[in-house]
Amino acid sequence: MGQFLSRHRILLPIFSLSVLLAATFYMQPRAMSYFGINLLFNLAVPIALATVAQMMIMMVNDIDLSLGTFVSLVACVTATFLNDSPLLGVLILAALILTYAGMGAVIHALDLPAIVVTLGMSFVWGGLALFVLPSPGGSSPDWLRALMTVKPPLVPMAVAASVLIALVTHLLIIRSGIGTVLRGVGGNARSVARAGWPVARLKALAYGLSGLFGVFAGMTLVGLTTSADANIALRYTLLSIAGVILGGGEFIGGKVSPVGAVIGALTLALAASFLSFMRLSPDWQIGAQGAILILVLTARLIFARRENTTG
Amino acid sequence: MQQVISRPWIWSWLAAAATFAMTTALTEGSGAGALAYAALSFGAFAAIVGLGQMLVITLGPGNVDLSIPAVMTLSGTLALKAMGSEPDTAMLGLGVAILVGLGTGAANFALIYALRLPPIVATLAASLVYQSIAIWSNRGLRIKPPAGLADFATGRIFGVPNVALVGLVLAIVVWVALERSVWGRWLLASGQNMRAARLAGVPVEMVRASAYVTVTAFAAVAGYLLASFSGGAALNMGQDYLLMSIAVVVIGGTSIAGGFSNVPGVWGAALFMFLVVSMLNSYGAGAGVRMILTGLIIIGIVIAASTRRASK
Repeated sequence: MGQFLSRHRILLPIFSLSVLLAATFYMQPRAMSYFGINLLFNLAVPIALATVAQMMIMMVNDIDLSLGTFVSLVACVTATFLNDSPLLGVLILAALILTYAGMGAVIHALDLPAIVVTLGMSFVWGGLALFVLPSPGGSSPDWLRALMTVKPPLVPMAVAASVLIALVTHLLIIRSGIGTVLRGVGGNARSVARAGWPVARLKALAYGLSGLFGVFAGMTLVGLTTSADANIALRYTLLSIAGVILGGGEFIGGKVSPVGAVIGALTLALAASFLSFMRLSPDWQIGAQGAILILVLTARLIFARRENTTG
Repeated sequence: MQQVISRPWIWSWLAAAATFAMTTALTEGSGAGALAYAALSFGAFAAIVGLGQMLVITLGPGNVDLSIPAVMTLSGTLALKAMGSEPDTAMLGLGVAILVGLGTGAANFALIYALRLPPIVATLAASLVYQSIAIWSNRGLRIKPPAGLADFATGRIFGVPNVALVGLVLAIVVWVALERSVWGRWLLASGQNMRAARLAGVPVEMVRASAYVTVTAFAAVAGYLLASFSGGAALNMGQDYLLMSIAVVVIGGTSIAGGFSNVPGVWGAALFMFLVVSMLNSYGAGAGVRMILTGLIIIGIVIAASTRRASK
């Protein structure tokens, strides 16, 4: 029964994405092409990577309010150091990932509230980003630009990359042994500790993975936009939380779904494209995005009720 | 003495006093009055939204209102539109602002209760809708507040800014409600253990609803005052107050795990957050350095507070 329901959970994000996609194609049949789909999901790859990064933190029962500023900082580093002197750029990005892992270790060791520590870190990342790039500019490394504009056969880049991200994170978090233990930290950290696992190191690993995917998100974003500024990805904090929840994840209990999170991110990216097709007045674009979010989450309720009555 | 030190709110006040001393030390005491006046004025807005956020955070983990900036913008915009710069309409504007606060709070809680959404996601999604309504009704117009109201918002009584007095009155009201009323006991009990509170006969859902309506009502009042203070409503006027509202609550000594509120600490932290920026400013720090140090100081205070808790 448990397995049946866990299969059920993934159906909801798939269903909402399909409905939204069908509605988009109905409104604009010409979008139903290689080029059209590429355009629809244009910015989906960095959002999907940021959502996976947020999922790593939510997996261990924490929440990251600094992700948007972190991705912005990575974008600034990518558009400057990584472009001008690649070795230094790689070293800086590696240091950022290590800082993230260290943040996880400190949060666990001192038993600090993650929501406040990441809030403080968001100021630090934002300040560093201003330091690196005081005014918008920089340019994307050529290889990154080439990677993000590659045109694979059959399916567009954004879709192929999303499938790849979903597959890799699914293998890492759901299928692998270490992924199972990491989810166990979110489920019951004490029993994981009693079973002899070093919880501090596991939390550092989860945060480190989040930093890694945050770095990927910032790099791919620069590959798409070709330049950066210190505020480029601020909305990713909230988008990534919404994406994880849309994908069937929970705030507590280590209940996350990497495939769901990627689909949730695609849904959010598509919602923005869908609204521009609707020729909605720009005043209402943001509000309509909120309404879509509420609508999709309402569908979650129906599933939750069903679980209660059948389970 | 021991009792005073063990009060969680004392730390935010000590931090505020230290930053105040360090700033005035640089100017050798001149401008201390002006600095205190500015801190009270700007701190008042952070304190008012912080008081509301504190009530919600007291409800326990996962309870945070992310719609504060959108509610501030919406209430400021609609109130100024209703008043239309006409004289003697300040009360009408306040009424509109409070209605906006009550309406958005009720809508937020409806999403949380009826749709069982996690509060973080519910208030986030709703705030997008509020932001849209504000954009639609604002249309880029900058309506001036009525002259009398603008004078009140920027004025002072006995050398204390009027907005700070409003913030002080609201703080006292919240303190009395928390410490001396049944509702306050209910709120703290719900935050400590919602299940136990429910079994003990506390009307938990009613308490949660009242907290979520209070936070938006306070945000609406803050938005109304801020728009009058700064000579008009702007669409981004609330954006600083999302992180600010959470920061002042936590620095003020309220437990992020819920169940413990701390009213005086919110005011101390609100003053501190303003003073730390002006201190870094007067030491000539650039925008980047200022942000980095602000972040590190927030984390430092949280670490200090947690080690103090652990050593007891």
